[in-house]
Amino acid sequence: MNRMNEPRKLDGKWNIVVLLLVVVVYGVIQLLAAKEILLPYHLQVMGLICINIMLVVSLNLINGFTGQFSLGHASFLAIGAYLSAALTVFLGMNFYLALIISGLASGFVGILIGLPALRLRGDYLAIATLGFGEIIRVVILNIPAVGGPRGFTGIPRYTTFGLTYILAVVTVLGIKNFVNSAHGRACVSIREDEIAAGSLGINIIYYKVAAFAIGAMVAGVAGALFSHYMQYISPGTNQIGFLRSIDILIMVVLGGLGSLTGSVVSAILLTLLPELLRGFAQYRMIVYSIILIVMMLFMPSGLLGGFELSFEFLENLIGKFKIRKRGVSDGTS
Amino acid sequence: MTWYTLLGQQLINGLALGSVYALIALGYTMVYGIIKLINFAHGEMYMLGAYFGFYALTSWQLPLIPALLVSMALTALVGVVLERIAYKPLRNSPRITALITAIGASLLLQNVAQIGFGAEFKPFPQVIPFKRIQLGFVFITNRQLIMFAIALILMILLHIIVQYTKTGKAMRAVSMDKEAAMLMGIDVDRIISFTFAIGSSLAAAGGVLVGMYYNRIDPYMGVMPGLKAFIAAVFGGIGVIPGAVIGGLIMGVAENLVVAFGSSTYRDAVAFAILILVLLFKPDGLLGKRHQEKV
Repeated sequence: MNRMNEPRKLDGKWNIVVLLLVVVVYGVIQLLAAKEILLPYHLQVMGLICINIMLVVSLNLINGFTGQFSLGHASFLAIGAYLSAALTVFLGMNFYLALIISGLASGFVGILIGLPALRLRGDYLAIATLGFGEIIRVVILNIPAVGGPRGFTGIPRYTTFGLTYILAVVTVLGIKNFVNSAHGRACVSIREDEIAAGSLGINIIYYKVAAFAIGAMVAGVAGALFSHYMQYISPGTNQIGFLRSIDILIMVVLGGLGSLTGSVVSAILLTLLPELLRGFAQYRMIVYSIILIVMMLFMPSGLLGGFELSFEFLENLIGKFKIRKRGVSDGTS
Repeated sequence: MTWYTLLGQQLINGLALGSVYALIALGYTMVYGIIKLINFAHGEMYMLGAYFGFYALTSWQLPLIPALLVSMALTALVGVVLERIAYKPLRNSPRITALITAIGASLLLQNVAQIGFGAEFKPFPQVIPFKRIQLGFVFITNRQLIMFAIALILMILLHIIVQYTKTGKAMRAVSMDKEAAMLMGIDVDRIISFTFAIGSSLAAAGGVLVGMYYNRIDPYMGVMPGLKAFIAAVFGGIGVIPGAVIGGLIMGVAENLVVAFGSSTYRDAVAFAILILVLLFKPDGLLGKRHQEKV
């Protein structure tokens, strides 16, 4: 209770620290790249990590914070990836404009999917979103202009590591602020108890649709970045189908439903893991699925469920450290 | 071929495929009815059934019916073990936790099968010589007849078990009210295991029949039929046994009609379109009862 009422006087200071950290990390990566310690391959993997962070964080908003179980997140990625590629390839549109348009379009589809989601709960919603995702995939599969089953080739490479990095940072900070705002708390209350939230006057329809729209928009932008990074997008189930959705879901669950820190950590881990285990590619999915089952059995809230790396946590950590140091020098504790 | 020949032919093909969907859907609906879990790994029971049937027919040289029974028994065992290991500890946790576990189990079985049985297609042995029988203006193959017959026999057996045996009565009791059933001295764990055993063996039978019908099996064959059968179960009203049969048959026919009169590439989208329409307009399914939400 105390924490809610207490004014956060240190916010300004910490914001500067975060900003500096973001800039420093970026600078170090660019420096290492310029010195050729980090090869283009490493940069590409880091770019993919950033794209995955966007996908995982946005799905966490829908699944983890609002409690709406969606199994169709890859369809938003698909819309963003294909629409942006079509815009830049066929219309020669400016990439940044295409990025914005595909984000908006995907957010709009998110609203369309969010609206019927109001009638559905839990596992029914999961299956319905899975169905929407597969329908979108089959429709894309049947558009010859974007390559049909062969996939969309010859997409220009406009995405750079820097762009993915900036957008991933913006996404994480933006969704963190959303979650900590009154709107975000309304979303969490819907997850905890929909009926109670409704009777407290929270507009359930509005917040569910808002969560879907924001999540879809971010995923759409991530998709646009993805197709202009890999220069190719195919309509396979492991690219834009439900296997991809499950891939993203695994990252969310591993990190912890409702933990942004967890999402970032697990996006990094699970993007690196297959790269490190290239030789064990065929065992990758077995490891994933065992992780999924074991996590659910023994740690259903994920690695960092409910935990956030927050300023307060850091201050407490520093505080404890200071006390211990003083305790040692005084000879007391 | 005139349009009514095509229509009649597709109806027959659809009913044959639909009877298999119905067999799989029965497992979904029974498990959902009893522990309110969408058993995502149910499609993998169908896949495992097909593989067990394949090995029973090729390695052990069994005739079709014993091979079918062996496959059903082995798959039932897998289903029961899966329930004990993965689902039982989660019986009192949130439904989403159990659902994610089921997705994990499904992925695990697929990938274990891919390594154990090989990722490539396997040709299913041709135990029954192919024959076509003219039925008025349409044709029916002897395989389709066998599919119908076996599916029908299994459904009748299931009906007898559920309606007229003590275990069946206990199953119905558990699905109505688990706590009350427990208070009446029903061993709920045993009934749930039994439900998984029956559901998995029906899916296995479906797997063997489809293997025989399409002549090929692969480790991912369970994914789409599994989803479609689930949709069939929802369509018929989840938890309602006759609903699953009707839903499965309609799903099979609808799919074949779209392939015949529309485009075969939209084949897999039909099921999902049906699902979304059903969920939007009649969320309880054709035969489902309306559930009022209590606070």
